[in-house]
Amino acid sequence: MHTKMRLLSRKATCNTHGQDSSYFLGWQEYEKNPYDEVKNPTGIIQMGLAENQLSFDLLESWLASNPDAAGFKKGGQSIFRELALFQDYHGLPDFKKALVEFMAEIRGNKVSFDQSKIVLTAGATSANETLMFCLAEPGEAFLLPTPYYPGFDRDLKWRTGVEIVPIQCTSSNDFQITSSALEEAFHEARRRKLRVKGVLVTNPSNPLGTTMTRNELNLLLSFVTEKGIHLISDEIYSGTVFSSPGFVSILEVLKDRKCENSQVWDRVHIVYSLSKDLGLPGFRVGAIYSNDDTVVSAATKMSSFGLVSSQTQYLLSALLSDKKFTRNYISENKKRLKQRQTLLVKGLEKAGISCLESNAGLFCWVNMKHLLSSNTFTAEMELWKKIVHEVKLNISPGSSCHCTEPGWFRVCFANMSEETLNLAIQRLKSFVESMNSQSHHQMLKSSRRKSLAKWVFRLSFDHDHREPEER
Amino acid sequence: MVFKLNNHLLSRIASSNGHGEDSPYFEGWKAYDSNPHHPMENPNGIIQMGLAENQLSFDLIQDWLKNNPKASICTPEGVNEFREIAIFQDYHGLPEFRNAVAKFMAKVRGNKVTFDPDRVVMNGGATGAHETIAFCLADPGEAFLVPTPYYPGFDRDLRWRTGVKLIPVDSESSNNFKVTREALENAYEMAKLNNIKVKGLLITNPSNPLGTMLDRETLRSIVRFINEKNIHLVCDEIYAATVFSQPEFISIAEIVQEDIECNLNLVHIVYSLSKDMGFPGLRVGIIYSYNDAVVSCARKMSSFGLVSSQTQYMIASMLSDDEFVGKFIRESKTRMAARHRVFTDGLAQASIKCLETSNAGLFLWMDLRGLLKEKTFEAEMALWRVIIHEVKLNVSPGCSFHCTEPGWFRVCIANMDDQTMEVALSRIRTFVNKDVDTKKPKRTLRWQGSLKLSSPRIYDDFINSPHSPLPQSPLVLARN
Repeated sequence: MHTKMRLLSRKATCNTHGQDSSYFLGWQEYEKNPYDEVKNPTGIIQMGLAENQLSFDLLESWLASNPDAAGFKKGGQSIFRELALFQDYHGLPDFKKALVEFMAEIRGNKVSFDQSKIVLTAGATSANETLMFCLAEPGEAFLLPTPYYPGFDRDLKWRTGVEIVPIQCTSSNDFQITSSALEEAFHEARRRKLRVKGVLVTNPSNPLGTTMTRNELNLLLSFVTEKGIHLISDEIYSGTVFSSPGFVSILEVLKDRKCENSQVWDRVHIVYSLSKDLGLPGFRVGAIYSNDDTVVSAATKMSSFGLVSSQTQYLLSALLSDKKFTRNYISENKKRLKQRQTLLVKGLEKAGISCLESNAGLFCWVNMKHLLSSNTFTAEMELWKKIVHEVKLNISPGSSCHCTEPGWFRVCFANMSEETLNLAIQRLKSFVESMNSQSHHQMLKSSRRKSLAKWVFRLSFDHDHREPEER
Repeated sequence: MVFKLNNHLLSRIASSNGHGEDSPYFEGWKAYDSNPHHPMENPNGIIQMGLAENQLSFDLIQDWLKNNPKASICTPEGVNEFREIAIFQDYHGLPEFRNAVAKFMAKVRGNKVTFDPDRVVMNGGATGAHETIAFCLADPGEAFLVPTPYYPGFDRDLRWRTGVKLIPVDSESSNNFKVTREALENAYEMAKLNNIKVKGLLITNPSNPLGTMLDRETLRSIVRFINEKNIHLVCDEIYAATVFSQPEFISIAEIVQEDIECNLNLVHIVYSLSKDMGFPGLRVGIIYSYNDAVVSCARKMSSFGLVSSQTQYMIASMLSDDEFVGKFIRESKTRMAARHRVFTDGLAQASIKCLETSNAGLFLWMDLRGLLKEKTFEAEMALWRVIIHEVKLNVSPGCSFHCTEPGWFRVCIANMDDQTMEVALSRIRTFVNKDVDTKKPKRTLRWQGSLKLSSPRIYDDFINSPHSPLPQSPLVLARN
């Protein structure tokens, strides 16, 4: 009813929450028909969820050996009452200390963090939104390199009124940020009459699964210094870096360039979370780290709208203070991630599918351009729907991540058992094989082990001419 | 205002003081922080009576937790669930959590109404719930009517990041601060005159700071009002289970579901476990809306403040234990009634009256008008400073709640043990008797300080954040 519609805010009736996007539609399909090894072996396998389920056993065994933390106890005495009452938005000091030390450990202790500069938030979701509220007015903009996490469209823009202007990255250089792309984005913002307040990067990247190079980081720093704007580094995957070249935090680069007392020092802010590194998304533990006192102060007050549950802070403070545990966890977790990633990459190779070479994250950035009926996003959507409905895999199409080139998909590998992953790979292989045999124009299969991605396929039902491959 | 070089780079929201925490109100908190009462270590320190916490029934909960180790995903008995719960971030919330909350809400209302678990939306405490509801219902510049006196946190929760305005609906002590139709109309008209679009009315029932419930007639009158004006009604019922004596609590749910005609799309309830159960640290806030679009929108927005799944799981378990819940609600009321009685009796002995109709809440609305030098807010502030620094009690002055009449103070009574309560009462008695003995028309106050006061109508002052430092929490002091 029209009158009813006007009763709600514009925020409630628009769709800037972005949940009509394919990213979420895939989820919905999965929800209707979820794979279960026993109960629903033909169901859809969830590969669109960047979760880390590989190392729960380590957490569980820690719990078994630490009954006090588990039972609201300290030194055998119940502290339930104190925890139940604790709603101080400065957070549990022990927890913040343990958290910043954990963050430093992940960065090889090459940088250290001051616990007075960290703000606890309800997940990185809340951290990112809060930073927008602190750094930008409605109608101002942040630059983000594409492809980027689809959730940013909601987290950064919805209730804040802030705009996102993409920094277009392409496969020609493995989607790295270039200074021309930065400048182009800045000018695009200007063309759209948007004042740019900063750049937000995710490092390691979601969906690419790569760490940013020192070169990129230096480029960024120079750019934001020159333009006098903020830099937000979302480092929630920093603990998932499993092979070289290793993780370089923006703070490390700042230190190397001796920026401690410069103006840009106050304009670099880090977002962290325990959802990916520790695999605890349900606990809603996020953080903002900033050298700007005003930002820390304002963000702390804003965290009232989404504080971390005191019982969760307490549990994690005990967990992260156990240095023996964290050391072991970090290294074991990496090993397992690497093993999984290798499994997926090799499996995809056998199916003639290549991935962007990655060293981090819980997913691979997969190149299925050669499977598209045409080099268009429409074709990408067609392929995606096939993969969801016929192959029964929920993967994320590149367009949902604002990728400029059709044909890329994000495929998660850490949120399922090894058996399920193998099954998924098998299904994909069968699908590709069936596409091959369906094709009118059979291409000769090379006896060499070169990737099939180089070949052009034309599907029988689509007589369009495809654009020649760019690489 | 002098800006740092970088301040032009921050948003207005971040660099202004819309959070309201720069107010002189903090003097009371600071005084408490620097000199907190402790029965052994600091018996002459300031007693905290400005924090509406429910500390009366923890033993019941602790016992339950001890006997139900499965409720925790960390204990050997419960750890089987750890994995699944740790990854659960669905903003619909654990189904068992929503079911348990819906059942609990019904029980608290004497099972006179039922609640649909699918309409239960999580939030980061009632604080998060209020902000979310404002985002859903109003655009920047639009307004909510709020009856005075009201919880100071609303000024931040409903306005700060949302840009929504609050317009006071005045009430008077002459009729026990009831919300009248006339006052509602006046406020609505005033908004109209100022070209401000009113989107809704926010009521707190039971009331903070009054500790009273809205009676059936008033509730009906309110429902009729919002239907006529076609505006929303947001009912903050976070103190529902603190009603300890007759008459029984009447929820808006009862009125709109059973009683009179109402456009249900206009009705929303904000709830929380912070007061009824005494769990503010666990951050369990709830929006319950009869409007599908609001449920849907609020649910998406809850991504910004979901309840920790570890907490959802524990609460689901606890609130599903019917026997425990029944016992807890009953026992909690009994203890609150007892605490209330002791306090009102104690105050009566000092010839201090409290709002008579109060039968709920974790506080009393004290009438100290007789102790004011003159009927002004300056005098109220002066008296308040005396109470803090001489009587050594941190109470909350009425002006911080936007009360229109000077001389009223909110004093919290459920956040301390019996001994501390006795100490507080005896200090009050001593002070009042001293004051009576030395009664002079113009009493020289020991504490002058800066009495720069803005009119209570300016809502940027006097905001007390419950999330501001409680440095005396043993969890903060502990360093190991």
